[in-house]
Amino acid sequence: MFLLLPFDSLIVSLLGISLTVLFTLLLVFIIVPAIFGVSFGIRKLYMKTLLKIFAWATLRMERGAKEKNHQLYKPYTNGIIAKDPTSLEEEIKEIRRSGSSKALDNTPEFELSDIFYFCRKGMETIMDDEVTKRFSAEELESWNLLSRTNYNFQYISLRLTVLWGLGVLIRYCFLLPLRIALAFTGISLLVVGTTLVGYLPNGRFKEFLSKHVHLMCYRICVRALTAIITYHDRKNRPRNGGICVANHTSPIDVIILASDGYYAMVGQVHGGLMGVIQRAMVKACPHVWFERSEVKDRHLVAKRLTEHVQDKSKLPILIFPEGTCINNTSVMMFKKGSFEIGATVYPVAIKYDPQFGDAFWNSSKYGMVTYLLRMMSSWAIVCSVWYLPPMTREVAALVMFKQRDASAMMQGGWKPSWDGGLKREKVKDTFKEEQQKLYSKMIVGNHEDRSRS
Amino acid sequence: MGSCSSHAAVIPDLDNIRRETGFSQASLLRLYHRFRALDRNNKGYLSHTDFQQIGALAVNPLGDRIVDSFFPDGNHQVDFSGFVRVLAHFRPVDEEDPGMRDPKQPEPLNSRMNKLRFAFQLYDLDRDGKISRHEMLQVLRLMVGVQVTEEQLESIADRTVQEADEDGDGAVSFLEFAKSLEKMNVEQKMSIRVLK
Repeated sequence: MFLLLPFDSLIVSLLGISLTVLFTLLLVFIIVPAIFGVSFGIRKLYMKTLLKIFAWATLRMERGAKEKNHQLYKPYTNGIIAKDPTSLEEEIKEIRRSGSSKALDNTPEFELSDIFYFCRKGMETIMDDEVTKRFSAEELESWNLLSRTNYNFQYISLRLTVLWGLGVLIRYCFLLPLRIALAFTGISLLVVGTTLVGYLPNGRFKEFLSKHVHLMCYRICVRALTAIITYHDRKNRPRNGGICVANHTSPIDVIILASDGYYAMVGQVHGGLMGVIQRAMVKACPHVWFERSEVKDRHLVAKRLTEHVQDKSKLPILIFPEGTCINNTSVMMFKKGSFEIGATVYPVAIKYDPQFGDAFWNSSKYGMVTYLLRMMSSWAIVCSVWYLPPMTREVAALVMFKQRDASAMMQGGWKPSWDGGLKREKVKDTFKEEQQKLYSKMIVGNHEDRSRS
Repeated sequence: MGSCSSHAAVIPDLDNIRRETGFSQASLLRLYHRFRALDRNNKGYLSHTDFQQIGALAVNPLGDRIVDSFFPDGNHQVDFSGFVRVLAHFRPVDEEDPGMRDPKQPEPLNSRMNKLRFAFQLYDLDRDGKISRHEMLQVLRLMVGVQVTEEQLESIADRTVQEADEDGDGAVSFLEFAKSLEKMNVEQKMSIRVLK
């Protein structure tokens, strides 16, 4: 027994050293490419392997469910009820036609059966509506070994459970600590780097350094989330004196965009860690931070942003005009304020692929820390960024006020829809008035008809 | 597993609900998901405000009345079984031979009469079993907003009540209501099909 003691401490110290070396190697392996902006392609390989495993897992699940005669819940992203896209007029006419034996003429009148139309339409929206559906996390067709996205999770086979358990082990014991270490490194480098750069006198050298410090730290953060990003149309990237406007799906949108370009951020001053980061960043290059009280004054915001934009030496502003986070599948209406600033607008569309990890943040369900933990314990975050060609303010506002998803934006098509602010506010009455106007025409007719009766 | 997992075992009182409403297990699962999505703070029941968050419902002129139909007897909460019970009125009618139905069983929620009764309730606010001229005016006002003058609306309401009223009491009872709509294809117009 006494002989073990010296070996004990030897083994422990050996273990400690080897783990530290391994960890450091990994960190270096990941951070060095981040500094220079190159990639070894490891993440793409990782993605391909994972996809193969997921396909196998889904097959096993379906086979298992068939054997046990369980019903697999298939997520249905197109809605749960059958809807007829007929207009108010057509429907009510049809209802009246089926109800009355009177000869159908076009005299406007009211029938007791008219209520059925509104009643049914109301029930349809209760069962299934566009907006609320968009706010729940996207559902996947195949399982990605994360129990949080699986509706059919029950014991199907030993192999599948073992695989899932292995996945949990890898994600929480290996990937998560690694990512946290990376994130920590990235953020501290950002704070330290920008503070140091801030001491330099203003000039070309300072700008150069500042740009690279920013880029490097964002790239490290991107790797901290294992985000696999594909950029499209990089020739349309925003330039000085412009505004970059992007749809806002999750808090990490900032990191994704900022790792590919050098932007001036716009935002509210926070306390705590965020505040430290903000103060450090502003030392190296001019960002626009507003106090909480200033944010409410729309004109003040517009004025400061305009000042920044007009100074051509300053960086393009990165704005997320939408009020809250919405789910990934569509870009909702942008708020008006961002367009009061007269400048070239560079729209950017970001779309996440939920296959490897869902980036959606339901702020009413999870806090920030829970959200980050969930993100860092998923397999990866995959997204695509499209840089759209620059537009003038008027055209951009026109495009952005309608709702469409990234691919539709590319094709130039769009569908009008509700205000993204719907999530937290009540709807304005103008929409209701439209319905009422339509209906009134049917029961009392237009002005011309009224004079006759 | 967390809050995402739900197979049928999670729905409370599933068998009773199935028998009462006639929905299939798959439909109930979808509606349960919908219930959970509407229930913002995971309270386990829905309140008025949860319904009011549905944007498309807020612009429906009869939106408030429809929401109220989920809260009978002055309740302020509706649980999943209450939720589904109301929606069951809109289930498409089963195509079975009516003669085969067991007369001792209560009428299914989605029968023609029950659908009509549901629509009648939207008119009859005070639940006295009759639609008075005043109640008719109120519903009309909801549906047209400010687009129509008071006189026009009154004349429409008067005419409608007169046409449907048979016993001359100046109000439309449920039977008179049903009679005036006897030719209408209620089964189709008040049905919503849940996809598989």
